[in-house]
Amino acid sequence: MASKSPKRSYKFDPWLDPKNRPYIRIENVSKEFDGTMAVNNLSLSIYQGEFFSILGGSGCGKTTLLRMLAGFETPTSGKIYIDDIDMTTTPPYERPVNMMFQSYALFPHMSVGQNVAFGLKQEKLPKAEIKERVEGVLDLVQMSAFINRMPHQLSGGQRQRVALARSLVKQPKLLLLDEPLASLDKKLKERTQLELVTIQERVGITFIMVSHDQEESMTMSTRIAVMNEGQIKQVGPPHEIYEFPNSRFVADFIGSINMFEGIILEDASDHVIIQSDSMPSELCISHSATIPPGASVTVGVRPEKVKISKMSHGKPDVSYNYTSGIVDDIEYLGDVSIYHVLTANGRRILATLPNLVRLTEQPVTWEDKVYLYWQPENGIVLTV
Amino acid sequence: MILKIFWRLFSFFKRRISSRFFVIALPFTWVLLFFFIPFLLVLKISFSELTVGIPPYLPIMERMGEDVIAFKLNIGNYFYLVWDDLYIRAILNSLGLGALATIACLIIGFPMAYAIARASLKYQTLLLMMVILPFWTSFLIRVYAWIGILSYHGVVNTVLLKLGIIEAPLRLLNTIFSVSIGITYCYLPFMILPIYVSLQKIDPSLLEAAYDLGSRPFRTFWKVTVPLSMPGIISGSLLVFIPSLGEFVIPDLLGGSDTLMIGRVLWNEFFVNRDWPVAGAVAIGMLVFLVFPIVLLQYIQKNVQRDQMGEGGQMNA
Repeated sequence: MASKSPKRSYKFDPWLDPKNRPYIRIENVSKEFDGTMAVNNLSLSIYQGEFFSILGGSGCGKTTLLRMLAGFETPTSGKIYIDDIDMTTTPPYERPVNMMFQSYALFPHMSVGQNVAFGLKQEKLPKAEIKERVEGVLDLVQMSAFINRMPHQLSGGQRQRVALARSLVKQPKLLLLDEPLASLDKKLKERTQLELVTIQERVGITFIMVSHDQEESMTMSTRIAVMNEGQIKQVGPPHEIYEFPNSRFVADFIGSINMFEGIILEDASDHVIIQSDSMPSELCISHSATIPPGASVTVGVRPEKVKISKMSHGKPDVSYNYTSGIVDDIEYLGDVSIYHVLTANGRRILATLPNLVRLTEQPVTWEDKVYLYWQPENGIVLTV
Repeated sequence: MILKIFWRLFSFFKRRISSRFFVIALPFTWVLLFFFIPFLLVLKISFSELTVGIPPYLPIMERMGEDVIAFKLNIGNYFYLVWDDLYIRAILNSLGLGALATIACLIIGFPMAYAIARASLKYQTLLLMMVILPFWTSFLIRVYAWIGILSYHGVVNTVLLKLGIIEAPLRLLNTIFSVSIGITYCYLPFMILPIYVSLQKIDPSLLEAAYDLGSRPFRTFWKVTVPLSMPGIISGSLLVFIPSLGEFVIPDLLGGSDTLMIGRVLWNEFFVNRDWPVAGAVAIGMLVFLVFPIVLLQYIQKNVQRDQMGEGGQMNA
């Protein structure tokens, strides 16, 4: 790609620039707790200015990884470099890294201003500069009016802002966020997501966020690393992770997906034909999989890519990727509805449709006999 | 009509007196019966005049005639307290010793409480048990044990002699030193437990946040751990200081004839001199002396709590 457009700037995707050196390098890091590997031989490169998310379920090792970056845990083996300096065993108080804690960890015996000033006081800066920087960062998070309040007098959202200000004020090379939005309600969360991104762009600090909420990390991140059992399953920008998951785990973890087991019949340069027991038609996918015929694979297709048409309207004009069934359930989510369709062999297939008209006026309803089909470019071949 | 009044009274009480009243009434009744009324009795005795007889004081109320009742308040006992510097010295000695023991308990107790709070949960219960364990032996026996340790032929002197560090046994027992050791030893658990509780309540992520913001462990300890454990330090200090002021058993057993403490003076006035009025005056005087530190410390504690949980607090960046 780089050869096609040599003048291309990599401002928004620095990981694609071959000349760019990673800012944070995690090399073969493992962490063992009493015989269990919380993080298992993990390597990761993060570039300057990224908003990087580590996404995974509870117990996947994402928090341990973050704590190793902060310096609260020391890796059992492996190295961590920040800006090309080996920080593997550097204590937290000597790292150019700050963390925003999930519980916010505001000092209850200090006012908002004192909390934010705490980190600067450790640097023995002149009082006037401390005051100026504290006011500046509180202004950035729109908390200037609360400078003399105590933490217990603040709401959850306000505490979150103070915690952010406190971790930003030292202008770290790297800011770690541990589930920063987990304790906010939905509306506040959505607003804060955008604000966090805006602030990150303005201060230009590299952010690494740990989250179990895929929506949150998809919205905010430049790249996402999906973690499971102490290892990284896939790293990429949100759309890549969503549209081209590299494994059944990632496909299933991010969003929902319909999966069909099958055997490769034909693998050409521009398409793959797969035979599946749970589908009456053969499956066609319009990209090469470079897998020998006869190999068993899984085909995934996202519910919003599945189209639905009433059987009474006749069979859709497709020769691949179709099946039929009965609408068993409709999940009404307001903007979209998820149709649960039971096929003849008992498979449940999900199809998401936007509610262009009100639910009661939708042409397809419960117990309707329907055809389901999708375009060859929307299927994904998963080998692992 | 009477029924109506009765019904009104009943409904009045029914509305006014909730079950909460009874919950509060119980401890109040206790304090009234076993503290306030005895206190009034002592106050009365302190104003009466000494006599030889049973009881060894004259009533302060006398019937002078048909409709005349005379009060004879003898404030001489209180003058006596000020006039004879024995009492003032005893109170000051007690205050000094109490303060010394409190500081000693704090210096020994805080690290112990800290270590217990930092130990793994499995060991915390065990370590706390070990702190409380001495309470299962009689207080008196534990104080006696110190006589065995500190006497001329006691453990400490024997070991020091055998090691050749000293040539003649030291006078350890019957000194201010032995009294301080006794008080510190006996009241140490009262310091450890409240400090442990407040240390235990500190969210570990607060310490991590301090490290993360560049504060080294020593500074973190002073800026985060100590301020957040202040409620425990204050209540521990109160629990050691106040009872050690009136302590009688320890100075009597471990102290010398020159160890002047107010508890002991009180005992002597009451049992040896049989001067109940002066003993009463000493008791009241001591109480007045005690009220000041209690009120002061409670005021400090309130301030600390307000800073941590409540109103205001100024920024001093």
